[in-house]
Amino acid sequence: MRELTFRDALNEALDEELGRDPDTFLMGEEVGAYNGAYKVSRGLLDKYGPRRVIDSPISELGFCGLGVGAAMAGLKPIIEVMTWNFAILAMDQIVNTAAKMHYMSAGELSCPIVFRGPNGAAHSLAAQHSQWFEAQYAYFPGLKVIVPGTPADAKGLLKSAIRDPDPCIFMESETMYAWKGMVPDGEYTVPIGKGEIKREGTDCTIVAWGKALKIALDGAELLAKEGISVEVVDPRTIRPLDEAMIVGSVQKTGACVVLEEGWPYFNVGAQISDIVQRACFDILDSPVIRVTGADVPMPYAKTLEALARPDEHSVVAGVKTALNVRS
Amino acid sequence: MAKPTYELADKLDKATLVKMYRQLQLMRRFEERCAQQYALQKIAGFCHLYIGQEAVAVGTEAAINPDDYMISAYRDHAQILGRGTPAGPVMAELFGKATGVAKGKGGSMHLYDVSRHFYGGWGIVGGQIPLALGTAYASKYRGDKRVTVCYFGEAAVNQGAFHEALNMAALWKVPAIFICENNRYGMGTPIEVSSAVVDVYKRAAAYDIPGVWADGMDTLAMYDAVKKAADRARAGEGPTLLEARTYRYRGHSMSDPAVYRTRDEVDTERENDPIPKMRAYVLAKKAAKEKELDEIDEAIEVEVEESIKFSEDSPWPDGSELYTEVYVDPMGHGETK
Repeated sequence: MRELTFRDALNEALDEELGRDPDTFLMGEEVGAYNGAYKVSRGLLDKYGPRRVIDSPISELGFCGLGVGAAMAGLKPIIEVMTWNFAILAMDQIVNTAAKMHYMSAGELSCPIVFRGPNGAAHSLAAQHSQWFEAQYAYFPGLKVIVPGTPADAKGLLKSAIRDPDPCIFMESETMYAWKGMVPDGEYTVPIGKGEIKREGTDCTIVAWGKALKIALDGAELLAKEGISVEVVDPRTIRPLDEAMIVGSVQKTGACVVLEEGWPYFNVGAQISDIVQRACFDILDSPVIRVTGADVPMPYAKTLEALARPDEHSVVAGVKTALNVRS
Repeated sequence: MAKPTYELADKLDKATLVKMYRQLQLMRRFEERCAQQYALQKIAGFCHLYIGQEAVAVGTEAAINPDDYMISAYRDHAQILGRGTPAGPVMAELFGKATGVAKGKGGSMHLYDVSRHFYGGWGIVGGQIPLALGTAYASKYRGDKRVTVCYFGEAAVNQGAFHEALNMAALWKVPAIFICENNRYGMGTPIEVSSAVVDVYKRAAAYDIPGVWADGMDTLAMYDAVKKAADRARAGEGPTLLEARTYRYRGHSMSDPAVYRTRDEVDTERENDPIPKMRAYVLAKKAAKEKELDEIDEAIEVEVEESIKFSEDSPWPDGSELYTEVYVDPMGHGETK
């Protein structure tokens, strides 16, 4: 094991998979000469050349569609979207084409492609650059949605996504790129569709993924000081979702909080709450509690932005509500 | 009137000319029966007929290789037949039967036959153009000398997808032929109402690629135009925008009575029908005798009738098909649920 940043873990995954499979190529805005808007593709143009690492024009619909067409023809494109906010322009290709072709053609066609880039809010980027999209993509049958929360998971899951035969939505985060974590040496992958218990506990389950995982773990640490033992479970992929892991944890703890930074209405937490209340109805002593961002477009001012985002204290409050503990 | 001559098509061999005539007739008769079967409610949903435009598909097919990629929009019945997919599984798909090319999951707008390099069959106007950029990009990436033919209507050129794809196609010189089937109406809206530039081929100037137009009611003129574009693409010289000026006799779809145009206009266009034109050429070239062409006509009537019988007799998809083929690997780690 060695310590790597999230950015370097992703870079290793790209490097290893580009080296492993000549049918893979990386395309996106600034991925080549600029080394990536967030430097995830640093050094890859030099190593693999302009045939494999391609700078695209600012044409999200066009180059995402190019990737889908190339995947349909048997290549394994990795398409970087500079942020998921911009991929809204490519929704037709991701949703109407990539997600549907295997089914509409009854298996004649398939679409082994990865769309990857940062999701969610960074800091003070205001409303158009601070949005969460995992619920949107997970809504569509035909897509897989992967949201890693640690450098080790990011590397292993990106490698799995690149090898996967279906279209994968892979979500990173601007602020996480510099985060560090221990990453295994040598070749490994992390399976899509399998979650991981990131902290064991007995009193309450917190479900969290992506950047919210750290908030959950920080909250769990604060709660431990008050004698409350929290289990933090990370599904790692939103679709397919490791329902068994989540349900198993709640059956053990008897209480559940779902944490996400995105908006409360119709989000991933809503779906998880539905799964948990149906599977654990007899065990729960209180409703599933959802801790989310505020239901507003993200404001610019630091003070307002802080109010719009959940933090470890929101997690503490959520767990206490779930456990009927007075704050 | 002097018989038109064709720079390249005049060199086609007799068997190819007869095959082209046969394809025109097959497409026409197949779709006439589609209209009938739609009226009988055997075909459901949206059903867009190609009748009148057959010269485009037949001329194009003759000018490209069987392993070239072909991608189309939702007016796709004739084009997949042109690729050589048997009429039975195509008709069965329109019926929604298990024996259809997509096992009844796609329908009229979503026809596929990868073994014959027909890649759909796409339902969003202009959405197939970036896909064609992608298959052409794959050819360039692999150096396999295959060309991509992409069909779309004249209304699709007002979509951003068209411009984004043509920019990249030109930038990277991919082997693609973008064939705009200009039938002059986007549903019911005439091109003059929707487009600042009605000569679609002129839009190629924006990307500094060849922009040409051809008579889309003349099979052999289409052959000439597509052959030149295909040779150019295969030689690594990049894409062409080809405007095929054509006309659909029917409405936009089966639910469209086409009241936005006059009977005179449709009748005038019908006088320019591609099938008699091709028949006259075949006879003039002595590629076949009247009797042989009559026999082809009769054989096609039988072939289409049999495709309907095949579809009628085929089973509906089994209920177990509902959840299959959503994913190649549903659980995402090599195990199935």
